[in-house]
Amino acid sequence: MMYHQDKARRDMKTLLEIKNLKTHFFTHEGTVKAVDGVSFKINQGETLGIVGESGSGKSVTALSVMRLIPHPPGKIVGGEIYFEGKDLLKLEDKEIRKIRGKKISMIFQEPMTSLDPVFTVGYEIGEVIQLHQGLNKKEARKKAIEILKIVGIPDVEKRIDNYPHELSGGMRQRVMIAMALSCNPTLLIADEPTTALDVTIQAQILRLINELKGEFGASVMLITHDLGIIAEMCDNVAVMYAGHIVEYTDIYTLFNHPLHPYTKGLSKSIPRMNIEVEHLDTIPGIVPNLLDLPSGCPFHPRCDFSFKRCVEEMPELIEIENSHLVKCHLVKKRIRSKKVEWKNW
Amino acid sequence: MKRTRETKTHELVRRLKYNKSAVFGLAIVVILILCAIFANYIAPNSPTPSPPELFKALKPGFWSEDKVEGMPLGADAMGRCILSRILYGARVSLTAGFVAVGIAMILGITFGTLSGYYGGWVDALIMRIVDIMFAFPALLLAIVIVTVLGQGLDKAMIAIGIVYTPQMARIIRSSVLYIKEMEYIEVQKAIGSSDARIIFRHVLPNSIAPVIVYGTLMLASAILDCAALGFLGLGAQPPTPEWGAMLSKSYSYIVSGAWWAATFPGIAILFSVIGLNLLGDGLRDILDPRLKT
Repeated sequence: MMYHQDKARRDMKTLLEIKNLKTHFFTHEGTVKAVDGVSFKINQGETLGIVGESGSGKSVTALSVMRLIPHPPGKIVGGEIYFEGKDLLKLEDKEIRKIRGKKISMIFQEPMTSLDPVFTVGYEIGEVIQLHQGLNKKEARKKAIEILKIVGIPDVEKRIDNYPHELSGGMRQRVMIAMALSCNPTLLIADEPTTALDVTIQAQILRLINELKGEFGASVMLITHDLGIIAEMCDNVAVMYAGHIVEYTDIYTLFNHPLHPYTKGLSKSIPRMNIEVEHLDTIPGIVPNLLDLPSGCPFHPRCDFSFKRCVEEMPELIEIENSHLVKCHLVKKRIRSKKVEWKNW
Repeated sequence: MKRTRETKTHELVRRLKYNKSAVFGLAIVVILILCAIFANYIAPNSPTPSPPELFKALKPGFWSEDKVEGMPLGADAMGRCILSRILYGARVSLTAGFVAVGIAMILGITFGTLSGYYGGWVDALIMRIVDIMFAFPALLLAIVIVTVLGQGLDKAMIAIGIVYTPQMARIIRSSVLYIKEMEYIEVQKAIGSSDARIIFRHVLPNSIAPVIVYGTLMLASAILDCAALGFLGLGAQPPTPEWGAMLSKSYSYIVSGAWWAATFPGIAILFSVIGLNLLGDGLRDILDPRLKT
């Protein structure tokens, strides 16, 4: 069954392909390499999860796709982002604005402050629809009502004329999702969409995103630091650490056979219902300062298995099996010893 | 949509009601505006009678045996009714105030928004010019500008408008700097809004509250400065009934006992400034969310 799924997935068309993306921030203290050579693909209809600690470059990757990196101090210094065959990094401002909100939409972390307080929610959704679909005010309002119904806002005719402060956090996130989906985007980027919500609302919102993904046929790039969410939502996962993807694999392998020590550490530090433990495992140390990265593999100071080569040399991202990529010397060594074929990606 | 708008206005009115001094200020301002609008109906005499009735010159008002009929606050050195001139003067002063603040707002909001939103060298350039303008005392700068432009009430309004622009620009810049970092601006960028759209639809409406407050307070100082320019003979030219000019033409008669010619225009200036200041302070208390209780 797994095999068929994999095959089906490979046959799907690539929607977004990021190649060797480098986004750096030039600050007074030095250059912060927030994203340093990230590559991945998202197929049509796929949900890709990006996990990592704060400062690992998840959000910067997302903002780079949208070309919303604040400049100065940030700049995309290298790489290509192909979306539907076009390199987004080569587009004029005007062209990228037509893609934002229409083809690629984004849901942000903070629903409480993501809506303009001086406008009603109906107006704000209507604005996006008018902007991208050339509808007039009346039609836009009709469409806004429609889409608010889809995202499950009760009593829409009344709610549409509410100001954001009159809605609860979950409600507002639904409005944000409605706004993001109002122009039928092909890619939805959700940047920690549930971090600011309480747990019951979290589940509702995630279910909603999943349902709508099916309904609208969009691909989703889900950024989170919660492996639980990843488990529920994603097809494939990219684990990020200090601006690099350290492991990329499908969801089953991630939980069953993680290869990178960091990923192993992450899955060990999730509380589990069925196993009783006294202390939850943690990964020792903290995320390195991006201004002063350790030499070689950035994870080596926190890694239990690090050896000499880790300190000296940055490992390459290598493909172990079909679409399972790992960036670790250890894995390479082990595979070599087993004489399994591997190839550069 | 209507319902919520109304409740917002209601809330504003309700909060205003509890602020006694703001209500007092509002009352003064309303009276002032009514006087200005209906000056030609309520004024007992013409502010600029021709030919001049010089035989009434410096006659006292109702408090004296020697009063002239129909001039309750007495006559000035040219025999003109002081009350009528003050009422018509309200028109001149308020217009001057509104025009000057209007100019300051248009220029200030334009430059302040550009400066705050785009930052970088645009910000640096505009803010250095603002710094230079701040280095001069306001009235002195206004005098310089009037000297360059030439005398007259219209020139005085422009001069005061220009002098107030830096303050306005600073105020709006600081609120734009705050607002542009808000998430909903990021969201607007993410849905593909252009800079112009973001500025006009989302940044400005959210940063305008302090401008309203300072605009009201500025109106008071604009009236005062306009009167000062009139007093110096650089603003309104005779026979325009402008409070400052009235004051300057009559203060020398105080020593000879005709105190009314200078005192009443002075009181008019005093009250309008007090009224506007109280209202402005009140509005600040109401609109500033940090002071909300």
